[in-house]
Amino acid sequence: MLIMTNHFNRRDFIKVTGAAGALLLSQNSFARATKPPLGRVVIIGGGYAGATAAKYLRMWSLGAIEVIVVEANAQFVSCPLSNLVLGGSKNINDLTFGYDALKANHGIQWVQDTVTAIDTGAKKISMLRGELSYDRLIVAPGVDFNYDDLPMLASAAAQQQIPHAWKAGWQTVNLRKQLEAMPNGGVFVMSVPRAPYRCPPGPYERVCQVASYLKVHKPKSKIIVLDANAEIISKKGLFTKVWADIYTGMVDYRPDSVIAGVDVATKTVTTEFDKVSAEVLNIIPPQRAGKVAQIANLTEKDYPWCEVSFLTYESRLVQNVHVVGDSIAAGLPKSAHMATSQAKVCANAIVQLMAGLTPDPAPVFANTCYSYVTDKSAMHVANVYRYDEAKKIMVSADGGGVSLAPSDKEGGYAAAWAQNIWADTLT
Amino acid sequence: MKQFQSAWFLAALLITSVSLPDIGNAAEVAVFSAEQNIHIRALAASCAACHGTLGNAVESDSRGSSAVNKADADTNGANAVLAGIAPADFTEKMLGFRDGSRKATVMHHHAKGLSVAEINQLAVHFSQQKRVAKAPLKPQVLNADHD
Ligand code: HEC
Repeated sequence: MLIMTNHFNRRDFIKVTGAAGALLLSQNSFARATKPPLGRVVIIGGGYAGATAAKYLRMWSLGAIEVIVVEANAQFVSCPLSNLVLGGSKNINDLTFGYDALKANHGIQWVQDTVTAIDTGAKKISMLRGELSYDRLIVAPGVDFNYDDLPMLASAAAQQQIPHAWKAGWQTVNLRKQLEAMPNGGVFVMSVPRAPYRCPPGPYERVCQVASYLKVHKPKSKIIVLDANAEIISKKGLFTKVWADIYTGMVDYRPDSVIAGVDVATKTVTTEFDKVSAEVLNIIPPQRAGKVAQIANLTEKDYPWCEVSFLTYESRLVQNVHVVGDSIAAGLPKSAHMATSQAKVCANAIVQLMAGLTPDPAPVFANTCYSYVTDKSAMHVANVYRYDEAKKIMVSADGGGVSLAPSDKEGGYAAAWAQNIWADTLT
Repeated sequence: MKQFQSAWFLAALLITSVSLPDIGNAAEVAVFSAEQNIHIRALAASCAACHGTLGNAVESDSRGSSAVNKADADTNGANAVLAGIAPADFTEKMLGFRDGSRKATVMHHHAKGLSVAEINQLAVHFSQQKRVAKAPLKPQVLNADHD
């Protein structure tokens, strides 16, 4: 039932409203109330950003804003921790969750469908099976893979051979199976796209996870990393040390290696200088704002990310449309924690705006990215970000930083982080 | 208490919205926003990734709490429940993380980025939250038709 929230039980409810009220409400009052007092927000995308925005909009508006989430998938699969599936210490079924608790606890309406068009003038979205109008729209589609320069990898058939596994799901399982089937002495090749992309330390964590599996089960095997960037772009010193100390001689890291071509049948990659053949090949493609952001014209031609106000996350190009999570243009890491922090600032601002109030002029929030370097040991990068009034962006406050070294203790904290961010996002 | 009020507003709103769909709720939201301090509630919400919604961390093996784990300063308070914490206790710990006198794996990186005023306001915010038991979310088997 919709108002059985965390902080409200049935007994309190009956006390307040009487049994007649309970009866009335049990008959789907959301469908009946023609227009909720403060209007309707439609959210496209039920990932970390979209689900969090939905919950906090309902909480902070005291239910006075109607919230409808449109999400194509029936389940939520966590990208954080999905590299552990490759290492073998987690199963994809440990990282998969439903939306029922979130919907029921907060009275969020949910439509499982795919968005096909957005008319920002008429404030209306079209889906495969219907239409919805909105007062404000939140677009939270995550990243889209850009195959313009790698057209041979665009098909599902090619990705069956060469998975990206950069959105957790069956591709993650596929890549794990390929590693299991690889002979001892086989070569695993992984490419890193030019930044920005989802989860800056993620590729380097993946190298650690694959190495931890190979070290035990296929000790003659090697890993080649083709990084389009000039250097490891997150926790560089820590990853370099882990590769040298724990995975000695296993990791061949090659900077400035932009993929020029891929032969799918032979799993051969060419770069400007190199030609590398793999037993198992994992190309993490270049990325851009999610498809929905593109069809809503929230990006400009020459730059594939969405410019937003960091006070409200409203698009700088289209009014009444907000963007949160990996799709936005920002010097901020595209992480799950970041997506939820942005979603909360966005929800906070929308509640204010729809109630005729002023949003917080100086938002501040925390971000942390944990990376597992073995099955048990993890390390972090953590920062507080503050709105800079002159620059009109979020800048990292003094005092942030990385772990001194990975530890099992932080591995435990990283596991607790996951449990808490899942519960915060999905209940 | 705050929660109860908000739930009460919600209940009242839903009932009136059925009979009187046009009734405005902006005034109640304005009161709630002012009570909560919107700057602090969004900042506090960003702590939820590790400390749970409204400071109610989930039960987990890797979590200690000051009450249970007083002896072990090292594991003390990891992903601790902040809901209902005494303001003085909260402030002392945060200032300790900030000046380095309190041991931390990660909290120094968070506490140093906050102002003393924010820490004091966060102390009030978390002290006002009601402790609610939170179990970890139950995972599911991945559907065959997922991406
Ligand atoms: C990335 C996870 C993470 C985030 C985000 C985080 N914390 Fe913590 N918190 C911890 C850990 C881990 C500890 C234990 C000390 C340590 O190892 O750093 C802790 C300890 C604490 C403690 C001491 C608890 C006790 O009883 O000893 C307080 C207070 C606290 N955090 C407040 C906050 C506040 C306020 C925020 C948001 C501004 C925050 N934390 C954000 C992980 C986090």
